[in-house]
Amino acid sequence: MGEERKSSKQLLAELQAKHYADAQQAKAEGKPVAWSASIAMQEILEAMDIAVVYPENHAAAIGARKESMEFINNAEGRGYSTDICSYARVNIGYSDIKHAEAQDIPLPDFVFCCDNLCNTVLKWYENLAKDLNIPMVLVNTPFVYDDEVPERSVKYMRKEFDHVIRQLEEITGKKMDPKRLEEVMETSNEAAKWWKAAYSTAVKNPSPLSGFDMFNYMAAAVTMRGKKETVELFRTWHDELKERGEAGMGPWKPGEDEKYRVLWDGIACWTNLSTTFKTLKKYGVNVVCSTYPDIWNLRYGSNDLDGLVKAYAEHYANRSIKFSVDKMSALAEEFQLDGILYHSNRSCKLMDFRQYEIQRQVEARTGIPYVSFDGDQTDPRIFSDAQYETRIQALVEVMENKKNAKGGK
Amino acid sequence: MFVGIDIGSSSSKVAILNENKELVGLAVENLGTGTNGIQIVLDKAFTQAGVTPEDIKYTVVTGYGRMTYEGADTQITEISCHAKGTAFFNCDAKTIIDIGGQDAKVIKIDAAGNVSNFNMNEKCAAGTGRFLEVMARVLDCKLGDLSDLAKASKKDVSISSVCTVFAESEVISCLSAGESISDVAKGAHRAVARRVAGMYNRVSGEPPVVMTGGVALNADMITCLSDELKTTVTPVSHPQLAGAVGAAVFAYEKYHKAKK
Ligand code: SF4
Repeated sequence: MGEERKSSKQLLAELQAKHYADAQQAKAEGKPVAWSASIAMQEILEAMDIAVVYPENHAAAIGARKESMEFINNAEGRGYSTDICSYARVNIGYSDIKHAEAQDIPLPDFVFCCDNLCNTVLKWYENLAKDLNIPMVLVNTPFVYDDEVPERSVKYMRKEFDHVIRQLEEITGKKMDPKRLEEVMETSNEAAKWWKAAYSTAVKNPSPLSGFDMFNYMAAAVTMRGKKETVELFRTWHDELKERGEAGMGPWKPGEDEKYRVLWDGIACWTNLSTTFKTLKKYGVNVVCSTYPDIWNLRYGSNDLDGLVKAYAEHYANRSIKFSVDKMSALAEEFQLDGILYHSNRSCKLMDFRQYEIQRQVEARTGIPYVSFDGDQTDPRIFSDAQYETRIQALVEVMENKKNAKGGK
Repeated sequence: MFVGIDIGSSSSKVAILNENKELVGLAVENLGTGTNGIQIVLDKAFTQAGVTPEDIKYTVVTGYGRMTYEGADTQITEISCHAKGTAFFNCDAKTIIDIGGQDAKVIKIDAAGNVSNFNMNEKCAAGTGRFLEVMARVLDCKLGDLSDLAKASKKDVSISSVCTVFAESEVISCLSAGESISDVAKGAHRAVARRVAGMYNRVSGEPPVVMTGGVALNADMITCLSDELKTTVTPVSHPQLAGAVGAAVFAYEKYHKAKK
């Protein structure tokens, strides 16, 4: 071969560019384009060769470019409340403005919604469908109150799955090829496996992975799980991290030590990525894990359709407080956490409304100190630099005390 | 000599400890970050302690203005400094309530004055000293008069809004509906106390509870907090200076640790 191997960073950039270029091209060729919720059953769309764009991911990109206010103002100006999720406001704004410096996306021919993340997404997509006069395809996933996804839910979702395929066949005028679906499932499973393997390298102490990189790579886990190139991307990223770990390297440059290991609960503050990251790094704090990247570790057996629908119902966002507390406590042990950082994200009622109770229970169970700060994923008006830094520094002081009490230096 | 400086949003405070860890200088100036208040208050405390800047071995700065002050050896958060300061004055407190101009916090501490957990107000001003300042303005009284006014209250008037701006209009409608200034002042205190009680419960606060920060000088606020938390809340001595004293204790400890 002789060719130099591409780094995962290069692969990620190329794949992201291709993801959006493919969608634009599909539109130009008159092929159907879908806008899809972030944890929807992309296997069906991929198998039917439908181009997909993920508004949540697109909104995050707009937020990271500090461009979100233009779209938020548009949505609010058209009557959407400030209290609605800012991903929804950015995307609804985009559906009207139709251009962003960060990234242009084609308008959809139908919307593909799965309510396994929240109810906001349902109303958001209904409004898009009405405004743009296009069909909405919905997979309803009952909330999981118990320890397991009940059998009746699996049966119900399997029927929906078949129904959705029929709807899409009607929209596209094409038939679903079961063989192709099987292939895509295989690929998606493999991609999810390597995604998990890569971010799990942070278990090592010090972690070779900087948590903010995980936020970046997550884009591919959300938008391209069904593609062969994504498997390659995550495998490459995993190998790089493994190599770093074996060489005893930490998350950052040599000499920049990881002093504290924390979990970040909730979505990143895309509009304040650099401040949130640099403030933590300044105190030697590395985000070694988070509650939500694991959501895209969607796994099931070979050609196991029951397993597939179940996977889409049994992730963190669709589960009870008990599940979240168990999960976080397990992460605390596995990743040897010194602290927990709760992003009280004004946008996301789903994550926020249960946060106080989760904090209380996780602290009672693990004794790990925590702090929460106000912010938002894409609405820059909520976050405050000075308040964030005081909270982070205070958490560091508490973590330091605990370390000293344990007999450290 | 060891100096602790607390630069708040509306006042600056300095505490000086001598070699025997005794308080020899304490001063407050009602000028906050970005003013020459820091120099004025430092001069005052130096004169009181009878020392010159050359006698200073270590300085710790805390408070809202800590990041921009350049004359200190180290900066430490208000949270840790209030805990240290409280332990210096009163060793058996388990929970500290600190209501300052910009924020309100509930801090749980161990016997050595180390923070074990804490909770701070959300980004808005509800439950902070600023809320009371706004209330005093609407009631057309001095901040320092709120306590006496509230003590004279005879009737429950509830201020239910958590937002300072909305609470302001709520108070105005209460007044135009004929409620007395005293009853409204009491209602404002209760609103702050309820807000702080929520934070107290969130960190599973435990008695004995003490209060630091400027708002602890408001006696009726202490009563309302005690009612709301169903336990006696006691102000520490020099509540406004707790952060500066804590910073001075840190200066003392850091200096001696470095020497070892
Ligand atoms: S951020 Fe929260 S509210 Fe917004 S779409 Fe996602 S889950 Fe729903």
